[in-house]
Amino acid sequence: MLEKLILVGIIFTISLVIAMYATYFERKVAAWFQDRIGPDRAGPFGLLQPLADGVKMFLKEDFIPRNSDKWLFIMGPGIAMFTSLMTSTIIPWGPDIVTASGNIVLQVADFDIGILFILGVVSVGVYGIMIGGWASNNKFSLFGAIRASSQMISYELAMGISVITIVMMTGSLSLRDITEAQHGMNWNIFYQPLAFVIFFVCSLAELNRAPFDLAECESELIGGYHTEYGSMKLGFFLFAEYVGMFISSAVISILFFGGYNFPGMDSVEGNTLAVLGVVALFVKIFFFIFVIMWIRWTLPRFRFDQLMHLGWKRLIPLALINLLVTGLVIAFTSGWFN
Amino acid sequence: MSIEILVYILGGLTVGSALMVVLSKHPIRSVMYLILTFFLISANYIMLNAQFVAIVNMMVYAGAIMVLFLFVLMLLNLSKENEPKSSLLVKIASALAGGSLLLVLVAAIKDTVVLQVAEKVTDNASGLVQNLGHLLFTKYVLPFEVSSILFIAAIVGAVLLAKRESQIIE
Amino acid sequence: MQSLSNRSKVVSDKPMTFMEKLYLPAILGGMWITFTHLFRKHNTLKYPEQTKAFAPVYRGMHVLKRDEQGRENCTACGLCAVACPAEAITMVANEREQGEEHLYREEKYAEIYEINMLRCIFCGLCEEACPKEAIFLTDRLVPTEYERADFIYGKDKLVESMDYRIDITDRQSTGKRTEK
Repeated sequence: MLEKLILVGIIFTISLVIAMYATYFERKVAAWFQDRIGPDRAGPFGLLQPLADGVKMFLKEDFIPRNSDKWLFIMGPGIAMFTSLMTSTIIPWGPDIVTASGNIVLQVADFDIGILFILGVVSVGVYGIMIGGWASNNKFSLFGAIRASSQMISYELAMGISVITIVMMTGSLSLRDITEAQHGMNWNIFYQPLAFVIFFVCSLAELNRAPFDLAECESELIGGYHTEYGSMKLGFFLFAEYVGMFISSAVISILFFGGYNFPGMDSVEGNTLAVLGVVALFVKIFFFIFVIMWIRWTLPRFRFDQLMHLGWKRLIPLALINLLVTGLVIAFTSGWFN
Repeated sequence: MSIEILVYILGGLTVGSALMVVLSKHPIRSVMYLILTFFLISANYIMLNAQFVAIVNMMVYAGAIMVLFLFVLMLLNLSKENEPKSSLLVKIASALAGGSLLLVLVAAIKDTVVLQVAEKVTDNASGLVQNLGHLLFTKYVLPFEVSSILFIAAIVGAVLLAKRESQIIE
Repeated sequence: MQSLSNRSKVVSDKPMTFMEKLYLPAILGGMWITFTHLFRKHNTLKYPEQTKAFAPVYRGMHVLKRDEQGRENCTACGLCAVACPAEAITMVANEREQGEEHLYREEKYAEIYEINMLRCIFCGLCEEACPKEAIFLTDRLVPTEYERADFIYGKDKLVESMDYRIDITDRQSTGKRTEK
């Protein structure tokens, strides 16, 4: 019990620290892509920039618009933050750590429903944006909220269907089982490249990241759902996005890139394996965080009808075909047609 | 014992938030309480070791259907000023309709015999995905397939409605 | 028409091929372009530590020059005020008294000389108009202030001090009208 509590504490801290430095990294990456240097004033290489930003956020005036729904206005960022942090509970962070008094499992809870839990929590995550946007009593916020919700509902479907192919191949919903099935270099990406593309596009849309950031969309909606927010409430919204980015990178790494598996893992044992496994997972996570940022600073934003078109008319049929083909292949290989 | 207390607390919370759905003045608040109710129902499912049903309930009802509810309510912009005025006749009619529904429910529940729930229902793993899938595709395969046909019909209907709409616009 | 630059592309709206409709090659191409930018030289100038050299013709804050003996060149003729399209310059002239020869070069001098830096458009016409080589625009920047009144620069800010002379030898109008 105690070790679980410690693990929860560590994961919580790591998520927050990574989200914090993701904001710094985002600015750095943007700068590099644009032939600039980026923040370099606060501390060595600007490493204290996130702290400076945090202090700035806290010191800003905490403003609540007069005609807003006060409780819902406060609840919005809270829900966004809560749901994005909640997903980390079921992610298997690494192989077991061997101690004298038994193995420590680097996973808070190994639910039987694993991946469904993530989809469920993600689908609830939209409430933060919706409630926040509506409670602001501002038409731009409302537009942002409505866009976010319809976008999330649309892309959840294709996301779910593309995940089902992985579940079919593994025969389990548990993320640990899915990871174990990709031992060594036997990663799902080599079997399900299409599912990966669909899942990746959908997770960008679920995260409200460019090129699908229509919910905030500075050029049209000022700030979208967080137009009326300031101070740490805005900070929570922005932070939730970065935590979500970290978690979804972790989920992508686990579903398609073998999680904590790495080539040549059979030659090491015990705690070395555990440490290397955790490192392998985090390398993959950082890579995907970088890719998500890379996409943001490369691609222009979609138009809303294009977004809906892509979601409903392209990704869902593709995901269904992929599902069908996967099912047929599994049926063939397991000898149903003999 | 502690589990039992937890069940009572959860049940109380569920009933309480369900009541708040009806009692809140503002429609958005009602929807929020309804979402809370769905979460609490999911928690109740988890207490019964039915994780799959719990998470699907959360995904489908709280995650998708209630989002659409909220969506529509937000667009409607309901407030005190433009609340639809209902006449006395409508009020009496709705009271009568509600009252008769209550009557039917009471009459139906009055005569039911509360069956003793088999002891083993909660502690076996019937709510886990594998067993549930096994049951669905063996014992309950016919109802399962029939309901899937119903869903396909609904999807086809929705597509048809959307198509007709676009033709009118053209 | 013949293209002079050879850079124009003929645009057509023919239907896209399947590969183009996928957009993935285009997206990957775009991502490759941004990726190559990771390894390019940064264009950033770290400002307070590094500064960029001003162009010799840069027109910044004005200076009222003194000659080698430390006498003010300005004779308050008012040509600069007349030339100023923004009417930013005002002055009050006064006659040089006995014993003030070490202060003012000419017999008449400007007792008050004010430039409103909010009005000034830094066109440099005052410098062109000046017959005495008294006013020059320099490569110094006008600092920001909190009050509008602080932008009206009097002689205390405009006249150079002998300890810290402002170099204007690169100015184009320097030495053009030197009276021999």
